[in-house]
Amino acid sequence: MPAALSLATLAGPGPNPIDDLRQMLALHFMVNAFRAGTIVAVLAAVVGWTMVLRRQSFVGHTLAVVSFPGAAAAIWLGVSATAGYFAGSIAAALIIALVPRSPAGRPGSQESAVIGTVQAFALACGALFISLYGGFLDGITGLLFGSFLGVSDDQVVVLGVVALVVLAAMGALGRPLRFATVDGDVAAARGVPVRLLSVAFLVLLGCTAAEVSQITGALLVFALLVMPAAAAQQLTARPILGLGLAMGFGLFVVWAALSFAFYSPWPVGFFVTTFGFALYLGAAGFRWAAARWPRGIREADNRIRARSDELGAAVGA
Amino acid sequence: MPDPLSSPPASTPAVRFDGAAARLGGRDIWSGVDLAVEQGTFVAVLGPNGSGKSTLIKAILGILPLSDGHLEVFGQPPGDGGGQIGYLPQRRNFDPGVRVRGVDVVRMGSDGDRWGIPLPWGKARRARDARVDEVIELVGASSYADRPIGEVSGGEQQRLLIAQALIRSPRLLLLDEPLDSLDLPNQGAVATLIADISQTSGITVLIVAHDVNPIASALDGVIYVAQGKVVSGTPEDVITTETLSALYGTPIEVLVTRDGRRVVVGQPDAASHHAGAHGSSHEHSHDHGGHG
Repeated sequence: MPAALSLATLAGPGPNPIDDLRQMLALHFMVNAFRAGTIVAVLAAVVGWTMVLRRQSFVGHTLAVVSFPGAAAAIWLGVSATAGYFAGSIAAALIIALVPRSPAGRPGSQESAVIGTVQAFALACGALFISLYGGFLDGITGLLFGSFLGVSDDQVVVLGVVALVVLAAMGALGRPLRFATVDGDVAAARGVPVRLLSVAFLVLLGCTAAEVSQITGALLVFALLVMPAAAAQQLTARPILGLGLAMGFGLFVVWAALSFAFYSPWPVGFFVTTFGFALYLGAAGFRWAAARWPRGIREADNRIRARSDELGAAVGA
Repeated sequence: MPDPLSSPPASTPAVRFDGAAARLGGRDIWSGVDLAVEQGTFVAVLGPNGSGKSTLIKAILGILPLSDGHLEVFGQPPGDGGGQIGYLPQRRNFDPGVRVRGVDVVRMGSDGDRWGIPLPWGKARRARDARVDEVIELVGASSYADRPIGEVSGGEQQRLLIAQALIRSPRLLLLDEPLDSLDLPNQGAVATLIADISQTSGITVLIVAHDVNPIASALDGVIYVAQGKVVSGTPEDVITTETLSALYGTPIEVLVTRDGRRVVVGQPDAASHHAGAHGSSHEHSHDHGGHG
């Protein structure tokens, strides 16, 4: 395989998908993109699943948007953009954690106005930093709508380490966090530190939003943070199965989007979001249909089972 | 004599208040409370809205410290024995979007406060799952426990939450308005379930209620909270024109219907005390538990 393959020679996918895949993975930046995308998809599925259960999607979006001024300021100041993403999101998570909430400990309700205010101001700051830097237009598109071209080895390592730390923390907090989410009053009566858990989760969500932003861009974080998790929750209320489905959806979305974006002039964020949206629509449609025609589906199910029993008996005989 | 730490003698009251008082936000909720709830009894906490019924429950849980006096739960200060008390808080219903199964909500009652995530195998896990199935069957929720809790009816949610409160085999069950948001048939059914649990398991049950009638036939005693004061005794002693008039300091009338229901008339918060035309007078009655 020639070492000097350039994007220009890869006008489009060939007839053999295996060759296409080999061609794509011969390029180091594509390998890094797949590595980073995989890390981010797994992390986003776990944290996103909890976020959807806690109904904190708006907070998640804000934490991601705030990573944009963080990254823009980092570029303006000449520091690594990765550090800027994390600094912006974690700082915002701590600010939002300071907002007093209802005594019942229910996330959501009254904090939304404060969060919206923070979000708008953050976007404005991002625009300011970009213009201070000198109106670097390509950069702003990447920051807002995602880019997979420039993922360095160092960045993959940082993404991996942060993801491991966040996943370990999610594991340690797992049960009490879920208890506090679903049943705050009883959890508090049992001595679960409901308020502290909520702050801890916001910080973890901030780290995750910063990670996802680096692949999908600050504005399209929902594609990985919400869509796979929400689609999984449409399909099942079982925790283990739901987390597994969310991870599977996330990985599928990222891998498919990177492959399509490689052979297309369109941004990767568009593909990630479109595939995620299609998955969610499919899951919601399936749930709707299953609720509408439970009898029809059960009958079809029985027919299939009877048929396979017949086939099994025929093979056995 | 059994070990006093693990199991106090049966003569120790489950709950005992001595000259107790509670303050909340600078306001005296109640004071001078002297009462004892014997082990294994079924007792209702009654009174108008905002009189401090939930405060009484929170004091027993140890969430809210007393401002004066003394309180013992099984002979110990409140808040010590975590597994001894099953608690059902006053709440709204889970809304339809909550994607958590009933069985998971019940399971949280057993290990939701432990750090980490549970191993999906092992002896402890099997024992816990067996206990989850047992309490779900006890409350009659087996047929819908696998559905998301937001999708089942209010009465079914309440049964699952009672299972959650029961899972650690508590010795004291504190139920804060468990019948509140239910329709009449469900009120009757859940009341019967709670009465059955108290009679068959020997658990001490304290139930906060607006209306005594759905549970009246099974009650061993009532605690009536009003005007910053508390009186306790048997329903026949407490829910009377004389006692309640003295408690409120204004004339209150208690009517007793032919089938033994007590209807409180003319109290300041009368709207909350309707006696509905429900109950289980035709089926088997639990009247034998009523006179103490």
